[in-house]
Amino acid sequence: MDQIVLKNVTKRFTTKTLGTVTAVDNFNLNVKEGECFSFLGPSGCGKTTTLRMIAGFEDLSEGEIYLGGRPVSIRSKNLYVPPEERGLGMVFQAFAVWPHMNIFDNVAYPLKVKKVPAAQIRERVAKALKHCSLDGMEKVFPSDLSGGQQQRIALARAIVTSPKVMLLDEPLSNLDPKLRETMRFEIKKLQKEFNFTIIFVTHDQSEAMALSDRMLVMDMGVVKQIGTPTELYNNPTDKFVHSFLGQSNFTHVELSGGRVYLKGDHSAPLGMDAPKTSEKEMLLATRPNTIEISRDEGIPGTVVKRVFLTDFTEYIVALGDQTVRVQAPHRNMFRAGDPCYLRFANPIWYSAQKDASEQERERRTLV
Amino acid sequence: MSMSFTRKNSDLARQDGKRFGLDQAMTALCFLIMTTVVILPVVMIIYNTFWDGTQIDLEMFRRVIFREENLAAMKNTVIIAVVSTIFATIIGVFFAWLLGRSDIPMKGLMRWLFSIPFMIPPFLAAMAWDMMFSGRGGYVNRFLMDIFNLKNAPFNINTIWGIIVIEVVYYFPFVYMQVVSALERMDPTLEESARIAGARQWHVIRTITLPLTIPAISSGTLLVLITSLSNYGIPRMVGSSKNIFTLPTKIVDLVNRAGGDFQGIREATALSVVLVIVVSIALFVQRKLLKAGRYDIIKGKSMRPTLIKLRAAKYPLLVFSLVFLMLVVLAPLVIIVLVSLLRAYGLPFAMENFTFANYTKILVGNKSVTDSIKNSLFLGFSSGFICLFLGVMLSYVIYKVKPRGSGLLETLAVLPYSLPGTVMAIGCILAWSGAVFGITLYNSIWIILVAYIARYLSYTLKSCSASLQQVHISLEDASRACGATHMESLSDVTLPLIKPAMISSFFLVFLPAMRELTTSVLLYGPNSRTLGVAIQNLRDNGYMTQAAALSVVAIVIIMVCNGVVKYITRDRKGV
Amino acid sequence: MAKIRFDHVTVRYGNHTVVKDFSLDVQEGEILGIVGPSGCGKTSLVRSLGGFINPDEGDIYINDNLVYSKKKRVNRPPETRRLGIVFQDYAVWPHLSVYDNVAYPLKKRKVPKADIDKLTRQALEQVRMTGYEKHMPAQLSGGQQQRVAIARALTSSNDVIIMDEPITNLDAKLREGMLDEIRILQQKLHTTIIYITHDQEAALQLCDRVVIMEPTGDICQIGTDEEIIERPANRFVFSFIGVSNFIPVIEDQGCYYVYEKRADRCFAQQKPEGFISDRPCVMGIRPMDIIFDDESPIKGEITQAVFLGTLFNYFIRIGDAELRVQRSMLDSLDGREYKEGETVGLRFLNEKYYDAEEGEVRK
Repeated sequence: MDQIVLKNVTKRFTTKTLGTVTAVDNFNLNVKEGECFSFLGPSGCGKTTTLRMIAGFEDLSEGEIYLGGRPVSIRSKNLYVPPEERGLGMVFQAFAVWPHMNIFDNVAYPLKVKKVPAAQIRERVAKALKHCSLDGMEKVFPSDLSGGQQQRIALARAIVTSPKVMLLDEPLSNLDPKLRETMRFEIKKLQKEFNFTIIFVTHDQSEAMALSDRMLVMDMGVVKQIGTPTELYNNPTDKFVHSFLGQSNFTHVELSGGRVYLKGDHSAPLGMDAPKTSEKEMLLATRPNTIEISRDEGIPGTVVKRVFLTDFTEYIVALGDQTVRVQAPHRNMFRAGDPCYLRFANPIWYSAQKDASEQERERRTLV
Repeated sequence: MSMSFTRKNSDLARQDGKRFGLDQAMTALCFLIMTTVVILPVVMIIYNTFWDGTQIDLEMFRRVIFREENLAAMKNTVIIAVVSTIFATIIGVFFAWLLGRSDIPMKGLMRWLFSIPFMIPPFLAAMAWDMMFSGRGGYVNRFLMDIFNLKNAPFNINTIWGIIVIEVVYYFPFVYMQVVSALERMDPTLEESARIAGARQWHVIRTITLPLTIPAISSGTLLVLITSLSNYGIPRMVGSSKNIFTLPTKIVDLVNRAGGDFQGIREATALSVVLVIVVSIALFVQRKLLKAGRYDIIKGKSMRPTLIKLRAAKYPLLVFSLVFLMLVVLAPLVIIVLVSLLRAYGLPFAMENFTFANYTKILVGNKSVTDSIKNSLFLGFSSGFICLFLGVMLSYVIYKVKPRGSGLLETLAVLPYSLPGTVMAIGCILAWSGAVFGITLYNSIWIILVAYIARYLSYTLKSCSASLQQVHISLEDASRACGATHMESLSDVTLPLIKPAMISSFFLVFLPAMRELTTSVLLYGPNSRTLGVAIQNLRDNGYMTQAAALSVVAIVIIMVCNGVVKYITRDRKGV
Repeated sequence: MAKIRFDHVTVRYGNHTVVKDFSLDVQEGEILGIVGPSGCGKTSLVRSLGGFINPDEGDIYINDNLVYSKKKRVNRPPETRRLGIVFQDYAVWPHLSVYDNVAYPLKKRKVPKADIDKLTRQALEQVRMTGYEKHMPAQLSGGQQQRVAIARALTSSNDVIIMDEPITNLDAKLREGMLDEIRILQQKLHTTIIYITHDQEAALQLCDRVVIMEPTGDICQIGTDEEIIERPANRFVFSFIGVSNFIPVIEDQGCYYVYEKRADRCFAQQKPEGFISDRPCVMGIRPMDIIFDDESPIKGEITQAVFLGTLFNYFIRIGDAELRVQRSMLDSLDGREYKEGETVGLRFLNEKYYDAEEGEVRK
């Protein structure tokens, strides 16, 4: 069953400087029950606005939203259910735990508001705290706790009512990288235990990929692509998604007679198959970590620079007058100046023309 | 780039002597000034209270505080302070919420109205209220009696309750200011997460918003409580004529009645000690509360808080708020202006009764009035500059030089801030009437200047040190590394960077000094009347219309200066 | 002789020693990186060199001149030490224009007026800020302010520049560009640069030699980037470079075991290169250097498999211990998927051996 449905959701703002801006444009989405779904995009892409429309903090300009089959926002019928009646759990970036209440009162609040009997409150709060590894800390006040623990309180508070849908608005961005990783794992564990559907908003691609069953990439208010993390990573449908989901090399190539040449250099074809297209000029998109660098076979190049990063060594390899970034483990090192051979394990081809959203971005930066 | 400035080994002398010289000289100067300006008066008060010249004397202290009229003054002080604080808090919080969180229109106008009480000295506000509601003579009372055909005046401002009402309407903007800034900076997700938890709007306000603003509320509340405890102007203007005294007015009364008799002044010092104790208790509570409840509620995305829709209540609340604010903020101003134009106090407000004669009378020919304006301007400028200079030096010493005892320096500099003006004045009288090195400043303008410096130094210190702490050490280090000496680095980098703070801190002293009454009323001599004293004297001598005219002059000067500050400090880029 | 010399320098704050008996020579024309976790005393070193704090012991020489000596009571004030310093927060003076910021050191050093203008413009050109002379710092981006700070350091000293965490406040892309620019600038001007940072990546990328300091303030390795990556001197250096596993190794009758002496824990039949025989020994190995190999006798269970966007990250349980393994996207394109709960064989590549006790990561 579809737990969350968005139909033609559009949100327009009017600002003094830019006039009317379409923050979210004709957004359609079906999230299945129990799914972990991420909204990924740069800041200002409309992902948070969409989440806030689902939560009920923002009204829609057009469209419909259903939660568990129940309509909660339908613009044409002027139907709008306030946030407190949508039965959601939500965790915010800044934790938003109430500093004037101790942990128990924070977590018990949603139940108290719903007038749940005291004995039951104690039992359910205890369970939520246990699952968030906060048991025994009921009397502690949030200000005495670290960011990670505060976010656990927020999680416990969100799960205590056993909501069907959990909205997570960049919940990990205020935590340090190590903690982020453990929390990510804990969120997954909670999901298995309490069986809720997650919408996870983030600008961090690795976070989205590590956590989600499916995800979407948004830009300028428009959904670019929806799919599983590996689908999106290995087969991005456009340049924006390719470069947003990780590092990218875009090599300019020319096609001629079924062969691929570096742009402006037809002396020798690159040892790879040409894509099926009528265009003469293409962009060859590769990722630094799907290029094999070796001393014996592949497309010949020269290492121009070597940089040691923590997890791997990065080489800048010259192919003709263009360069390609290649990442390899810290072994069998090349030095700057060494000849080398490259093999592109997952080449993707894009048109060399600018697409519509690139043009729009340029227009907006000019304004 | 061919620069070679390599020095020879010969100048490898120990060269940091000069630097220590500058810093050390400033440190010593700070301690010296603090001792004379702050410690001396305080010590003199305690000394004179418990030492009768030959031996320890607790008897006088006991006698004074248990005298019936003094007990009554104490009781009045506490009742007035507590009750007015409670109502000022309620009204202040209400308006803070309305402006900070609801979608009520015309917020700009209301914000402006809230800033007015900060510019008008309390004794002028009290004088205006007295003109409106003082028995049968009050203009509003007369107006109401005419309309409703009443036999008696409907309101009587000359009571404890009258004082309380004036203090409430004068002080609630202080609470408002504290709370509204807390509300505006509060992370909106704190409230949103309560909505998600299932709480309705009003429930969220009650269980989340209000509790979270408690630190701000309590700091505003205690500010009002302390100010009210030591307030002199309002009870003096409204209560003294009906023999309603508070501790500060009683102290001044005792000094005046003593007429230079030392025993009388000692009695006043005894009461001062009582006042200091009461204020100290309030301050102590404030410290405790602020420490206990410092919540970190301003983090996260800088998102504008969502405004709550008032829906049907919007326009009734707007009308109510505007009427209320107009009444309590604008009406006193209007009445002062109107009275200042009357040919004689008591005449009805009609075209034929209006004249500019009062202004010419006070501004031309009345030497004591024109002198008072000159004196106040002189005091404003000189105390402003001296406090500015001392404030910069003190904050530099405390936060950059950090000598041993810098904590003590800071405490000393902010101590007079919590001492009531009346008490500070008594201390100055005791210290500068020949008690130390035979220096006598009494009856001269210099004693007022010394008292102002002691009172207002903490203003410039706070403002300058806040700004100086923003000047990261590396900015100074960078100039040293670039070849600047310690002195040059101060004048090229540090001082220019805190210039905006210096300008505004000058006005932080200049403005209150211009409208000061509490201290100067005890210290003025025949040739050193201040504006406040001149207004009070005119009024006491029955020249109501001239007092009003001089008030208008004072208000105009203050407002113009305030405008200048706003203009100078507008959109300055912070460091 | 060295351009800059620290000779047995010790700095204490109260009872707390932040720099302990530190000696180092910086050669003319090199970029020397000093890398260490926060609190290892890096900043105290810079401030001692600049003359902002006075070390409790030791001597400091700049250009063969003694500028500080506790014993000889020499302490040249900062303004005479002729250094260019780029501070972490740039320390560009907000009340002065770009031009005035850069010209300031020249004015203070009483350079003739005509030369001031020439040298200032030259410095601005070096950092590609020509055209911004009249801008105020608040109008500039972080990267541009950084460049102004560097230009000011260039006019302050043409031969020694100290950079204290200069790029930590910039975002990743800008950082990389900035490092390249510093490198190019240095090659052009042959300035000696001391680069202080806690960011090992930046140091390895930029510096000719890198000094790695332990949290205690001791130097644990000085070397080129390649030496440090290929031969980390001890456990601390190894773990400081990146995510690492340390596995106890046991030698017994020509067989080498991980964790414990069991037939299915033997990974080598002959002595591995670098193995230490006479003391307890650990293997340091990076997650990328552990390869899934069904042939290997050493088996482990995958307890967690996560796609991190650039690679697959696995936690593998062997007995009671847990190992971290990473598989690059390149390897994963072979189509074989490793799932949680699966048992895999493990092979070790490019491993290092360390004394189990020495250089342990201290807190």
